[in-house]
Amino acid sequence: MDLHFGDSKPTDDERAAVDALLGPPESSWEGADRSDADLRWARGGRAARDRRDLLLPGLHAINDRVGWISDGALDYLCRRLTVPPAEAYGVATFYAMFSVKPRPATVLHVCTDLACAAAGAPQLCAGIEERLGLGSGVAVERSPCLGLCERAPAALAIRAGDPVRTAVSAPATVHDAVLAASAPDSAPEEPPAALAVPQAGQDGLMLLHRVGVVDPASLDDYRAHGGYTALRRAFELGPAGVIREVTDSGLVGRGGAAFPTGRKWQATASQPDRPHYLVCNADESEPGTFKDRVLMEGDPYALVEAMTIAGYATGAHQGYLYLRGEYPRALHRLEHAIAQARARGLLGDDVLGQGYAFDIEIRRGAGAYICGEETALFNSIEGYRGEPRSKPPFPVEKGLFGKPTVENNVETLVNVLPVLTMGAPAYAAIGTPRSTGPKLFCVSGSVERPGVYELPFGATLGDLLTLAGMRDGLRAVLLGGAAGGFVRADELDIPLTFEGTREAGTTLGSGVVMAFDDSVPLPRLLLRIAEFFRDESCGQCVPCRVGTVRQEEALHRIVERTGADAAGDIALLREVGRAMRDASICGLGQTAWNAVESAIDRLGAYE
Amino acid sequence: MTVTPLGIPRRMMEFTIDGEEARVPEGSTILDACRAAGKDIPTLCEGDTLRPKNACRVCVVEVEGARTLVPACSRKAEPGMEVRTDTERARHSRKVVLELLASSVDLSTTPRVAEWLKEYEAKPDRFGPEAARLNEEPRVDNDLYVRDYDKCILCYKCVDACGDQWQNTFAISVAGRGFDARIAVEHDAPLTDSACVYCGNCIEVCPTGALSFKSEFDMRAAGTWDESRQTETTTVCAYCGVGCNLTLHVQDNEIVKVTSPHDNPVTHGNLCIKGRFGYQHVQNRG
Repeated sequence: MDLHFGDSKPTDDERAAVDALLGPPESSWEGADRSDADLRWARGGRAARDRRDLLLPGLHAINDRVGWISDGALDYLCRRLTVPPAEAYGVATFYAMFSVKPRPATVLHVCTDLACAAAGAPQLCAGIEERLGLGSGVAVERSPCLGLCERAPAALAIRAGDPVRTAVSAPATVHDAVLAASAPDSAPEEPPAALAVPQAGQDGLMLLHRVGVVDPASLDDYRAHGGYTALRRAFELGPAGVIREVTDSGLVGRGGAAFPTGRKWQATASQPDRPHYLVCNADESEPGTFKDRVLMEGDPYALVEAMTIAGYATGAHQGYLYLRGEYPRALHRLEHAIAQARARGLLGDDVLGQGYAFDIEIRRGAGAYICGEETALFNSIEGYRGEPRSKPPFPVEKGLFGKPTVENNVETLVNVLPVLTMGAPAYAAIGTPRSTGPKLFCVSGSVERPGVYELPFGATLGDLLTLAGMRDGLRAVLLGGAAGGFVRADELDIPLTFEGTREAGTTLGSGVVMAFDDSVPLPRLLLRIAEFFRDESCGQCVPCRVGTVRQEEALHRIVERTGADAAGDIALLREVGRAMRDASICGLGQTAWNAVESAIDRLGAYE
Repeated sequence: MTVTPLGIPRRMMEFTIDGEEARVPEGSTILDACRAAGKDIPTLCEGDTLRPKNACRVCVVEVEGARTLVPACSRKAEPGMEVRTDTERARHSRKVVLELLASSVDLSTTPRVAEWLKEYEAKPDRFGPEAARLNEEPRVDNDLYVRDYDKCILCYKCVDACGDQWQNTFAISVAGRGFDARIAVEHDAPLTDSACVYCGNCIEVCPTGALSFKSEFDMRAAGTWDESRQTETTTVCAYCGVGCNLTLHVQDNEIVKVTSPHDNPVTHGNLCIKGRFGYQHVQNRG
């Protein structure tokens, strides 16, 4: 390739940020001062290009240090990694958390998504913007769901520097959010993750039983509460035995697609091509979803152990944990947990002295809902734009770096621990025959006790809402997040299982249960959902790229209209929605019209 | 003597298209089979010299058992597959895709699109006068070619041709996201500050005329561009020993643009700056 660099030079800070990640440059080809040796020697070819996957960490390094990515910094990173600047520019502009234009070092992300909007985010935003006007040194950005719905409204402050500082304010007031942004170091500490689990400490929990009980920083505490018994059991069973247990348990993916986990593992394990990779999808971005965050913050070692088991079963020696960029505390907890596990021989060349090598690398997302799509996530890790790939080929055959890859959601992986400790038959006896095991639900909105709830599959929507303290005046419940669907307040007998929700013509999705009362105008909610999809469409295929824009325009037109005045636009929405569902490349476009359709058909939103 | 490469013999495979038996070599796409069967499926982002990106979704067809429609251009035919190309469902998606494109992009120089809009009864106007458009101005920043991104459907063909599929220059990429995504060089700079080597292979593959020779752009602006008055002469480039084929498009005895035959087994329609743009000496009659 012809690498061409402009005249822009990085500042000392930018150079230091990149060098801190990559080490000092080895030659002038990589950006060091020119020496005689450079005239006779150059590292090139695959060896130079093989580090493309460090592009996203490199962009993070610059953005973390300076707050934005300048021409000079981008060029320097490209020189270091032998990446064409045009491609790196395409990658940098793909992610919402990066800016290629100068901006203040502190960015305050104020969530304006569904749960937060219902909890007063518009007024919060206006108040914050009034206090933090131009010249305040803080850029205020309206953000999609920050995964803090149980404490809505939420704001996340990120101050660039060395090191980067973050502060979460939730539930946020104008005063707290401004304080978090202007002095992130002295902002009050976030409440413990257990506060998001109203059931914390109760008997009988399988996935959440350690949250709020163990010290999330202590490996010893984790082991004292049953940690690493599942991995020992896995080594007894051998890889094929583990896959058999997982298959027999009936465990299916909890990220939304409900694919049988055992089948996915078997399909990856049996691929002759090597190496195999394990990817944990922790890019939890579905509006209303925060269960993975709570698991990672409250019980991080469980995920480390579960990933080790999954890697062992599928023949992978390298695991990637792709973590949402908006989850600073989960990042710190997992970085710490992985380092501890490594230091204690639970990760590394010889896990538990069993001769199995496995390690985990964390990769941070940078603000892109689409990267939760499994193949878009691969592209993101590999240093490309996070655009979904066309399938087939499927990830089990050609996934990360083109190799057989098993990708699982955090909750799915954590379910493997009880499968192994209690055995497949006992696990499969929980729930219903076709939806086995426990399930986490993210309850938010108009309830007394929002948070993550663990219930066996088969409980009804009413059971769950009763547990969470349903308030009077319930109008509608959104199941599955923005990509899910609304149900009416009189449909609380819907069983919360994959088959039960399907029969009821809706979806369980990632386990979002968001309750809305009469105080929230439904057309505004739908408009917010449409804005979300317009903002998060990657732009690759036409039905989604333009369709999400047309959907938002139509919903905007009818936001104050009903009946015959809205009928024309509703007909238009149906036609566009049908084409998005049928012809989009990936799940984003295919589901972008679900919630709106359900609101029209089930709730009579514009009647 | 011309040697036509025969390639490795491929097994034939049987499946049905619209109820009729189709027989194609293994590895063929549904589109290959449809074309062999004489069926006209609209395509925009598919290119004969590029790997399909299947981004435009105008070629979608129905496959029995598939949850969604599938892009004919990239889905490989499988034995026993039942493909239906002209169902109401497929036609609906094609119609809406054409409407979405025509309502946001200037398709005035896209070949065949007017015909398809009519065939599928597409009405791009129904999104209203306020419907968002790309609203891009032509970028005229060099003497050789113009980038008019108001006409860009984001088919990725120019990016693929510039990148690993042909030119390996990587001067352009898709930047931004969603409806705001645009083709750009690094830092969205003028072309002259980029890695562009002006081979023009992006113009060769552009399906909408968003990328065009400056000569064509100027003549269109002046209203003098008239393809009915043009002749096409394929000859051999005289610059170096490779011997690339050039097709000279001549109007009023002036070369107005240069293309290259896509079926050339060596160059597949690709040229370098000399072959593509270095024709002025031919017309130097002074």
